[in-house]
Amino acid sequence: MTIRSLRRRDPGYPRLLSQIPDPPATLWLRGEADPGILDRAALAIVGARACSGYGRAVARSLGRDTAAAGAVVVSGLARGIDGEAHRGALETGTTVAVLGCGVDRDYPAVHARLAREIVDKGGLVVSEYEPGVEPAPWRFPARNRIIAGLSLATVVVEARERSGALITADFALEDGREVLVVPGEITSALSRGTNALLRLGATPVTGAGDVLETLGLTAPEPETVVLDDPDASAILVAVDEGRRTLDELGRATRLAPGPLGAALTLLELAGAVSVEDGAVHRTA
Amino acid sequence: MLGRAVSFALVGLEPRRVEVEAHLRGSDQPSFAIVGLADRACQEAKHRVRSGVQSALLRWPNLAITVNLAPAALRKEGSGFDLGIALTILAASMQVPPERLAEHACIGELGLDGRIRPVTGTIAAAEGAARAGLGRILCAAESAPEAALAGVEAVGVRHLAEAVGYLLGEETIAPATPREWNGAAPALPDLEDVRGQERGRRALELAAAGEHNLLLAGPPGTGKTMLARRLPSILPPLTHEEALEVTRIHSVAGTLTTGGLVAAPPFRAPHHGASTAAVIGGGAVPRPGEVSLAHRGVLLLDEMPEFPRPVLEALRQPLEDGVVSVTRVGGRGLFPARFRLVGTMNLCPCGARGDDRLECLCPPARIAAYGDKVSRALIDRFDLVVTMPRPRAEELAAPPSEGSAAVAARVAVAAERLAGAVPRRSTAASELLDRAVDRLPLSGRGRARVARVSRTIAALAGSEEVLPEHLAEALSYRTPSARVST
Repeated sequence: MTIRSLRRRDPGYPRLLSQIPDPPATLWLRGEADPGILDRAALAIVGARACSGYGRAVARSLGRDTAAAGAVVVSGLARGIDGEAHRGALETGTTVAVLGCGVDRDYPAVHARLAREIVDKGGLVVSEYEPGVEPAPWRFPARNRIIAGLSLATVVVEARERSGALITADFALEDGREVLVVPGEITSALSRGTNALLRLGATPVTGAGDVLETLGLTAPEPETVVLDDPDASAILVAVDEGRRTLDELGRATRLAPGPLGAALTLLELAGAVSVEDGAVHRTA
Repeated sequence: MLGRAVSFALVGLEPRRVEVEAHLRGSDQPSFAIVGLADRACQEAKHRVRSGVQSALLRWPNLAITVNLAPAALRKEGSGFDLGIALTILAASMQVPPERLAEHACIGELGLDGRIRPVTGTIAAAEGAARAGLGRILCAAESAPEAALAGVEAVGVRHLAEAVGYLLGEETIAPATPREWNGAAPALPDLEDVRGQERGRRALELAAAGEHNLLLAGPPGTGKTMLARRLPSILPPLTHEEALEVTRIHSVAGTLTTGGLVAAPPFRAPHHGASTAAVIGGGAVPRPGEVSLAHRGVLLLDEMPEFPRPVLEALRQPLEDGVVSVTRVGGRGLFPARFRLVGTMNLCPCGARGDDRLECLCPPARIAAYGDKVSRALIDRFDLVVTMPRPRAEELAAPPSEGSAAVAARVAVAAERLAGAVPRRSTAASELLDRAVDRLPLSGRGRARVARVSRTIAALAGSEEVLPEHLAEALSYRTPSARVST
C-alpha cells in the first residue's frame, strides 16, 4: 500500500482545498496516482446511506457520465449513494474517496474492495488523519468539509432531514461552490433534505448535462446504445412513463414474461437500465 | 424345542434380514427373555406377545423362553418384530407348522388383544423379502397394499388368530393387490388463484420443468408463499420408479397417509423452528428428514432468513449430492433427497423494501445483516431469483389467470424433452453468455446455473437449440448484483 502525505506548504497541495477556511494541515494519500488529479475539475456526489433503488441508479449514472466527461468524482466511500457514485465513476474514469479515518483503514468494511479498485484505477483515497486512526462518527463532518473543499460543485442525490450530505452541502455553500440537487418525490422522507435545499435555491439536476455545464465540461459523444430490438425500445418507453416493476412493464408492452426478461437483460448489458429489488430504472 | 421366523430390520431405508429364533425348555421357573441388541420398544414385545397369544385363545407355553434376534450385532428397534416373535414361539410349541412359517417374512406389531397393527417401513421390509427370495410376507391388513408394491405376495392379517388359521391352512387369504392410487388426487391449490405476478408464474413454470431451485423475494403480502404452494400442482407426475422411492421414504418415516403408492410429488414446508435433525434427517436411529420427505417434490422454506443458520448451511450438502448420509452407532442411513427448493424472503427486516407504496427505514447495516442470514453459498444454489412486486388493484380485479392444468401440460412436455435430447447452446448464445460474464457480476457457479436455466427455457419453447433470447431470459433470473457486491 503506497501512502504519501502532502503538507499545506507543499507545491502539490490541492489549490481548491487550500482556499477553504480551515484546510487540513496534512493530507494523507493512498494510491500511486499523481496528486495532480486533485486539481482537475472535481465533482462531489453525496447522499443517504440508506437510499432507494432510484437514488442508487441516479448516483451511479451521474458518477459514470461525469467521469466520462473528465470530471473527478469525489465522495465519502460510505454505503448507499457514495458507493454507487464511486462505482459509476470507476466504469469510465477517475474517482477520489475521502475518509474520516486513516487511509489504511477500510471503512466501511464492505467497501474494502471498492477502495482497492479506486486506487488501482488511478484514483486516490484521501484523509486528513494519519494512518491507523480509527473511524469515529464525530470525525465525519470534518471529512465532509474536505469533500466539499476538493470539489467545484456538490451534487446531493438523496438526503433525509438531518443527513450528513446536507453538512457537505453547507460546507460547499460556505466555500462559495455550486450545490446541485437531484429532485425527489415530495412524499418521501429520503427527499426531505434534498427538496429543502431546492426550496432554498439550489440548482436542480435534470441530467448529467446540468452538472457538466456547471463544471464547464462537455459530455463526450454518447455511446450509442444499439437498440434495433423493438421489444427493448418499447420497454424503454414504458420505463420513461414511470413503470417500474417487471409485471407492470409486461402489461404496458404486452410482452410475455419470457421475452420481457430477455429484452431487459440486453438493456442491462447495454447499460441502459438497472434492475434493483424488482424495479427497473433508466441509467442512460 | 426351537422355532424360527424371518423378519427385517431397517438401516436407513435398507432392509436387513433378521432371523427370529425361539428356544423353549422345561424349567420350574417360567421365563421370557429377548436377546440380540433389542431396544426398549423391542424388549416390551414380551408383554404384547404374551397377552396377544393369550387373547387369541392360543396356548402360552409355560416354559423358559429365549428369543434371539440374529445377527446379534445389528441394533433392532421398534415393534415390527412382534408378529415374528409370536409366530416363532407358536411354531416352537407346535401350534403352527414351522415349514409353512419359513416361507413367509413377518412384520407387524401386536396389540394386547391379539390384533395386528401396521408398522413403518413395511414396503422396505417387503423389498427385503423379495430380495431374500421369500415370496410371501405376513403383515397388518392395512399395510398389505403397500407391501404388495414390492412384488411379493402380501398376506394381510388383522389378528394373530387369523395369521395362525392361515398358516394352518384353515383359512385362505387373498394376497393384496398393489394399490396404485386410492381415489382421486387430493385437490391441490390451483394457479388460477394467483392474479398478476406474471414473472413469478413464469419462474414457477421453469422451476417445475427444469428441477430448478427458486427464490422468491419481495415485501410481505405479495403472494410469495401462495405462489410457492402451487408448484406441486404443475409438476410432472412421478414415474413408477420415482413413486416407489418416495413411498419407501414416507413408509419408513411413518408419513404414508394413503396406504399405497405415493403418486403425486410430495410437498413439505417445515416451520423455521425445525431442528437440523428434523430438516436434514438423523437422530439416534437415523430417520429421514424433511429434505428426504420432499424427495422428487418440493421443499418450501418460508421466510428463509428466519431459519437458524446451521439448518440452512446443512442444506448445502443434500442440494449438491441429492442424498443425505447419516452415520450413527445404530448404523449408516442413506436417504435420497432430490427436491426443488423454494425459498421466500423479504428484502429487508421491516419488509418495506421493494414496495413502492412504503418507505423502508432499515439502516444499511441491518439490511446487510438480514441478507447475511442466508449465506452466499446457499443463495448461489438458487437457479432462479425473482422479486415479486405488490400487485396493482387492477390485477387483483382481473379475471382468473391460466389454471394449473394448462401449465402442467407444458411443463410435462418440456420435462420430457429435457430428459431426452437436451437443447444445445447456439454459438450466438455462447457469445452472449461470455459478454454477460464480462459485464455482469456472475460467479462460476452462477454461469453454470444460467446455462442450465437457458436449456429449460429452450425446452419450454420447443427449441432444439438454446438461442440468445433463451439465454438472455435466463440471465434475468440471476442473483441481483446488489447482493453480490455487498
